[in-house]
Amino acid sequence: MKSNLRLFILGGLFVAIALALFVSPFASGNPDGLNKVAIDQGFDDTATEHALEDGPLAGYGIRGIDNERMSKGLSGLVGVLVTFGVGMLLFGALRSARARRAPTQVRS
Amino acid sequence: MHIPDGFINAGTSLGAAAAAATGLGVAVRKTSAYLEDRQVPLAGLVAAFVFAVQMLNFPVVGGTSGHLLGGVLAAVLVGPWAGAICVAVVLLVQALFADGGITALGLNILNMAIVGSFGGYLLFAGLRGVLPRTVGGVTLAAGVAAGLSVVAAAAAFTIEYAIGGAGGAPIGTVAAAVVGVHTLIGVGEALITGATVGMVLKVRPDLVYGARGLAPEPLLRRGLQSEGAGS
Repeated sequence: MKSNLRLFILGGLFVAIALALFVSPFASGNPDGLNKVAIDQGFDDTATEHALEDGPLAGYGIRGIDNERMSKGLSGLVGVLVTFGVGMLLFGALRSARARRAPTQVRS
Repeated sequence: MHIPDGFINAGTSLGAAAAAATGLGVAVRKTSAYLEDRQVPLAGLVAAFVFAVQMLNFPVVGGTSGHLLGGVLAAVLVGPWAGAICVAVVLLVQALFADGGITALGLNILNMAIVGSFGGYLLFAGLRGVLPRTVGGVTLAAGVAAGLSVVAAAAAFTIEYAIGGAGGAPIGTVAAAVVGVHTLIGVGEALITGATVGMVLKVRPDLVYGARGLAPEPLLRRGLQSEGAGS
């Protein structure tokens, strides 16, 4: 059961990484629904510059990698791994918060 | 659906941030009350998966694209409380990619995590009540709720724009356009959510929070009991 769960998580991560790495470079580059409405209604120019606009991952790319598709795919890989890491840390912390409140539940 | 900085004024953004923080506070408290060991990596995976699929913009009508928001997908898989946190984590990480404004983070969490996961799960639960208690019923409920949750998020944006929107676009026109295009994007959300939930139900039905009561399973029952003991 335990290893079955591990297999499921690894399989899921594999799918997420494959989608970010290999499929996202071929996703539609058109403005998304909200941006398109903003353009059509003339309020898109009210958007101000993002604080991380010049960051190393801004706009789903890795600064310094010129091949656009490779840059986007690799930035997606970074994003998936960072999101998984942050999620594991955060939910792990929430799990231990519960374990502290109900100590009888943690013995296994 | 990601609001950039500047679209909505500071006061409205601050109000939305307060509402989002309150909602996330509830989500944290509830999640720490029911989260089991095995749900920790699952919740991490759900967040990572939503991040990946949010990158996959699909074309909709007239030079517009849309992508999965993932609120209902996350809520059905790990519960509405942990699901909202998953989407909030995705939105936070996306700041590194300059996607979605920093001052607009509260707005985006409110629309996609709180309305998306909490509101979406309410719709899902309501639909599950009237649909057959089968894998197909759960899958259909997840898909339809997911589609409607995108329209709800679009409606939430419209309200925020009406309160504190920049650029002075007529609110009726904005409402019709935003809700209209997100109805189409919602079809994509419904298909992706239904397909993903259906696939997980096929492989590991016991892991799907929203399918509790579908097939009585020892681990699930133990989870419910320990929830009672923990509170």
